[in-house]
Amino acid sequence: MRPRRLSAPVLLLLPAFIVLAAVVLVPLLLSLYSSFTPFRLTRPATFFTFIWFDNYISIFASRDFWWAFGRTVLLLTVALNLEMLLGLGLAMLVEKASRGQRLLRTLMMFPMMFSPILVGFQFKFMFNDNVGVVNNALQSLGLSNSAIPWLIDGGLAFFAISAAEIWSSTSVFAILILAGLLAMPKEPIEAARVDGCTPWQTFRYVTWPFVMPFAYIAMTIRSLDVARAYDIVKIMTDGGPAGRTELLWTLISRTAYGDARMGLANAMAYVSIILSIVFTVYFFRKLAAARVQIGAEW
Amino acid sequence: MMDDNATARFKRRLLKIAHQVGLLLAMVIICLPGIWIMLTSLRPPVEIMAKPPVWIPQEINLDAYVAMFSGVGKGGIPVLEYFRNSLIISVTSTVIAIAIGMAGGYAFARFRFRGKSGLFLGLMLTRTVPGIALSLPLFFVYARLGIIDTHFGLILAYVALNIPFTIWLIDGFFRQVPKDLAEAAQIDGCTRWQAFWQVEFPLAGPGIASSAIFAFLTSWNEFALASQLTRSVNSKTLPVGLLDYTAEFTIDWRGMCALAVVMIIPALTLTFIVQKHLVSGLTSGAVKG
Repeated sequence: MRPRRLSAPVLLLLPAFIVLAAVVLVPLLLSLYSSFTPFRLTRPATFFTFIWFDNYISIFASRDFWWAFGRTVLLLTVALNLEMLLGLGLAMLVEKASRGQRLLRTLMMFPMMFSPILVGFQFKFMFNDNVGVVNNALQSLGLSNSAIPWLIDGGLAFFAISAAEIWSSTSVFAILILAGLLAMPKEPIEAARVDGCTPWQTFRYVTWPFVMPFAYIAMTIRSLDVARAYDIVKIMTDGGPAGRTELLWTLISRTAYGDARMGLANAMAYVSIILSIVFTVYFFRKLAAARVQIGAEW
Repeated sequence: MMDDNATARFKRRLLKIAHQVGLLLAMVIICLPGIWIMLTSLRPPVEIMAKPPVWIPQEINLDAYVAMFSGVGKGGIPVLEYFRNSLIISVTSTVIAIAIGMAGGYAFARFRFRGKSGLFLGLMLTRTVPGIALSLPLFFVYARLGIIDTHFGLILAYVALNIPFTIWLIDGFFRQVPKDLAEAAQIDGCTRWQAFWQVEFPLAGPGIASSAIFAFLTSWNEFALASQLTRSVNSKTLPVGLLDYTAEFTIDWRGMCALAVVMIIPALTLTFIVQKHLVSGLTSGAVKG
C-alpha cells in the first residue's frame, strides 16, 4: 500500500507542530512526570524515584501554596475586571473626543510597549518610599507627613502591584474596544435615540452587545499572557515582604531555583498551567458565543 | 422655557468639561510614568535623591548614557553585549516564527479540515503555559543538551512562544484577502504557489509585517524564560540585565532609568509603525471567524 500523500493543511501546519511539540509538549510531559518524583537539582538520582501524588498532597496541604494561589486568583480577578471597566471608559472617552483622536489613540497604546519587567521597574521606582514620585508628591502637597512604605507593607505592596498590572494592560482593552466602537454602524444608536431610549439604555442594549466580542478578544489575548504578572512582582517585591505578595508563579520560581526542589515546583507549575488553561478556554468560549450572536444579528 | 434651555445648555457644557478633564487625567496617568523615567535618566543623582524633592530639573545631562555605553565602567553592566544578544535573539526568532506562522496561518485561513477550531484552541493553549512553568522542564532539558546560556536555546524557545499568536494574526490577515483573487490568478495560469506569492502575499504583506513586529516585541520583552535559560554575557538579554541592576548594586536609579529608556526605544518605534494593522488583524480574525 502506497503511503497517502499528506494533505496541504497538514503539511503547512507541520513545522508549527514540530516546534511546539519539541519546545512545549514534550518538556511539559517531562515536567508532568517529574511532578511525581521527589526530584532535586542537587541530587539527580531522585529523578527516578516515583512517589505518586506525594508532591500534590504536600502542596495542597501547604498554607503558603494556598495563600499564593488565592492571591493570584484575587489579583487576576481584580485586575481583569478593572482593566475591562477602565478600558471601556477610556475607549468611550477617546471615541467622544472631537479633535486629536489620532494622537489620543497613539498615546493610548503607550503602556502596551512596555515589557512587564519595565512596568515593574517603573512602578518600583515611583512607589519607592524614599525617592519615589508618589511619596514626593504626597509630601509636597502636604497630604502626608511621613514616607508611606508602599512596597514594604504587605497590603500596600499588593495595591502597588495591582496598579502596575492595571496600568500596563488597560490599553489592550481600550484599543480593542475602541476598534469595536469605531466599527459600529451609527444607525442603531440613532434609531434607539429616536425611540426614546435613555443614554444608559442605548449603551446597555445597543452599544454593549456590539462591542462585547471585542472586549472578549481583549480578554482572550490577556488570558494568553496572564502570567506576565510574574515579571512585575519579581522586580517590584520578589514576593516580599515576608511572602505577603507571593504569587503562584514567584512561589514556583523560588521552590525550583531557590530551594532546587524541582519535583515539588513542577507540581505547582501544573496547577498554574491548569489555572491558565481554564482562564483561556473560558474566554475563548465566551468569544465564540459572542461571535455567533453577532453573526446572527449583523 | 428659557430656563429649561439654559439648564440644558449648562448641563451640556458641564458634561463637555467633565469629558475633557477625564480625558486629560487618563492621558496623564498613561504617559507620566514613562516621562518620569526618561526625565530621571537625564538628571544628576543628587537631584533624584534630594529631600525635599526637586520638581523642576536644574541640570540635564547625558552622563548616565555615556557611562552605560562606555563599557564595563561604573555600574559594571555590559549593556552593549546585552543589547547585541537581545537583537540577535529577537530578530532570528521572529524570522523563523513568521515563516512557520505564515504557513500555519494560511492553512487556517484557506483550507477546511476536520477539528479546525479545536486545533486552533489547542495552539493557543500552548501559548497559555506560564513562562515560569515552562522554564522548569526547559531548564532541565537544555542543561542536558548543553544549550543553556546559548543564543540557540533562547531562539528556539521564542519561536515556540511566538508561533501560536503569529498564526492567529496571520490567519486574520489572509482572511481579509478575497479568495477570488488567487482563484482568478490560477485560472489565468498561475500555479497555486505563484498565486500565493504574487497575489495573496503582497496583499497580506503589511499585516504580516506587523505580526513580525509583534513577535519581535514579545521576544524583546520576554523575561521569565530568559532569566532561567541565560547565565552570562553570552546570552543574557536586556530584561534580565535590568534585573541585574537591582540585584547586584545599591540601586543606581539613574542608571536603571537610562537602561529602561534604551529598552523602550525600539519597542516604541516599532509599535507606532504597526498600531493600525495590529488591531485590524486581531479583530478580523476573531469577529468574522
